Amino acid sequence: MAELITYREAVTRAIAQEMRRDGSVVFLGEDIAAAGGVFKTTKGLLEEFGPTRVRDTPISEEAIIGAAMGAAMTGMRPIAEIMFSDFFATCWDLIAVEIAKARYMTAGQVTVPLVIRTANGGGLRFGAQHSQAVENWAMMIPGLKVVAPSTAADLIGLFAASVRDEDPVVFLEQKSLYPVKSEVPDGELVDELGTAKVVRPGDDITIVALAAMVPRALEAAEQLQQDRGISAEVIDVRSLVPLDTRTILDSVSRTTRLATVEENPRLCGWGAEIVSIVGEECFWDLDGPLTRITTPHVPLPSSDSLEDLTLPSVERIVESVAKALG
Amino acid sequence: MTTTEVPTDIDRDTRLALYRQVVGLRRFEERAHRLFMEGLVKGTSHLSTGMEAIAAGVAEAMRPDDLTFCTYRGHAHTLARGTPMDGVMAELLGRANGVCGGKGGSMHLTSVEHGVMGSYAIIGAHLPIANGAAWSAQLRGSGQVTVCFFGDGATNIGAFHEALNLAAVWKLPIVFVCENNLYMEYTPIGEVTAVEHPAADRAGAYGLEPIIVDGNDPDAVYLEASAAIERARAGEGPTLIEAKTYRHGGHSRADPGDYRPEEEVDAWLARDPLPMYRERLLELGIDAEELDAIEQERQDAVDAATEAAKAGPLPDPESAFTDVWADGGSSWRN
Ligand SMILES: Cc1ncc(C[n+]2csc(CCOP(=O)(O)OP(=O)(O)O)c2C)c(N)n1
Ligand SMILES: [Mg+2]
Repeated sequence: MAELITYREAVTRAIAQEMRRDGSVVFLGEDIAAAGGVFKTTKGLLEEFGPTRVRDTPISEEAIIGAAMGAAMTGMRPIAEIMFSDFFATCWDLIAVEIAKARYMTAGQVTVPLVIRTANGGGLRFGAQHSQAVENWAMMIPGLKVVAPSTAADLIGLFAASVRDEDPVVFLEQKSLYPVKSEVPDGELVDELGTAKVVRPGDDITIVALAAMVPRALEAAEQLQQDRGISAEVIDVRSLVPLDTRTILDSVSRTTRLATVEENPRLCGWGAEIVSIVGEECFWDLDGPLTRITTPHVPLPSSDSLEDLTLPSVERIVESVAKALG
Repeated sequence: MTTTEVPTDIDRDTRLALYRQVVGLRRFEERAHRLFMEGLVKGTSHLSTGMEAIAAGVAEAMRPDDLTFCTYRGHAHTLARGTPMDGVMAELLGRANGVCGGKGGSMHLTSVEHGVMGSYAIIGAHLPIANGAAWSAQLRGSGQVTVCFFGDGATNIGAFHEALNLAAVWKLPIVFVCENNLYMEYTPIGEVTAVEHPAADRAGAYGLEPIIVDGNDPDAVYLEASAAIERARAGEGPTLIEAKTYRHGGHSRADPGDYRPEEEVDAWLARDPLPMYRERLLELGIDAEELDAIEQERQDAVDAATEAAKAGPLPDPESAFTDVWADGGSSWRN
């Protein structure tokens, strides 16, 4: 049996699944308990698990992430919510300099099994300080795993894998996906980090996308097929760290072309890393330029007409891919 | 929940243990300084010379399974919990037999086995983390208390305020110990702080008592810490202690500390915790020979640790690539 649920409901289901399974899983953040989360992603968790395990915090991002880290170091498996990924900047020391390095600096004495989940990315016309796609911030720090699902089922399975992982995981929920429904099988879902998925097979070019860019890449692939007879393979990266380069390299060696679709701003976006790996390891298989389709290097504007111009659109993906094929 | 007796006076054995701590920490720091000047300790080191009574007094008041978090100025706090000198000295020298296999160094000493949950080099960062360990103890009902040491400079960073508020609201079993040595790196704390007592004057903002203790008196620190740890263990929430002290040397490395007025330095040297405490113990009728024997034993331990560190192997080159992840490795792709 399967059921259609929203990405938003998948968040609630994923947290509940893990909290039911393991009593050491606790959840903290701003407005997550009584209010059910500003995006209503955590409704009902307080009622089911009680105020000891589901805990509202003050507006103190450092205190939230610090509490999660200290608890993770001493036997708990905390899930911390940072309301918007933009707010990572206020607690970046804790995430990038404390959590990420603790294990290495102590030669393995300290383990930090925690998940930081956050609403990431644009599309909701929130303007430059509530719309950033920060996957590249997290990806560049040794010691952090970085996951960003595009569907409800992937969200639950990858979230479960993140909670069960012994390492710290930054879990990016693309906030424009919250109302989107997709099919989810019944029962417990547990996926595997570091596994990309071919979500549409094709022969002429490989399009690698993440989170909200995956549905856009799929739509673009459909149009390319219909209108221009171009067969595009679409890969959902799902997990930036660990990165499933095998699936990507295998695909590109077959299709001989690559395009990445990234929501993060241009410079040092995750696609640059993938393009560089493909350039180094797959060069002799290539028949065309490696193409990056990204948000331009600007802060996101608020106006819907402007925001739609900056985020990679289906049309831009179609045009860029067609151009890459010459 | 187990509770300890809160001492109002201090027995002979405890005093001797405190003395042993202070002497050992002093001798260790003197040696660390020498090894730094000889180029054997590379990078940097921040010593607690003159400040040993705080680590000693607090550590003696703790249960073995209690947890400590400290700063880059953390040799004393790490040793006071019982971490062997050999492992600490070897870590300072970057050797494989160091407590962190040479990957931590002077600023990141950690010995989880001894409840030393790390030394943190970003000012204020570890206060929120220490809260997490205290929260975990509360959730697990373990009865453990967490102690977090930090400098006066940390009281002006946001994490200090976020952490104190959360600890108070959640009634966490934690004791915050501010070592007020009157200086940050080179600037006096008084020049950049809106209140006279950087920690104690902020306590009221978080519903806590303002507590100031003589950080050069091991007995005073021990009594204040014992009472605070007892309250934390009994579920009565956090305590913030401001311990006034002074570093004999500079901030770090070879800093001579000459930005400090001579009269100020002299006044504090006259209140050196080590001879002061020895004097008190003699007055209390403890034999000089007994104290001499402790001094000798500690000096021997420092000498042995120095030899073990110097003889220690360099880290295996492979270890640069281990322990990024819990699987032991550093691989980020397939
Ligand atoms: C966030 C941050 N800012 C600045 C520094 C550089 N720094 C290292 S030690 C120090 C002085 C800290 O003074 P205090 O908290 O009084 O501790 P003490 O060194 O006196 O023990 C500074 C400014 C740092 N490590 N972290
Ligand atoms: Mg200071």
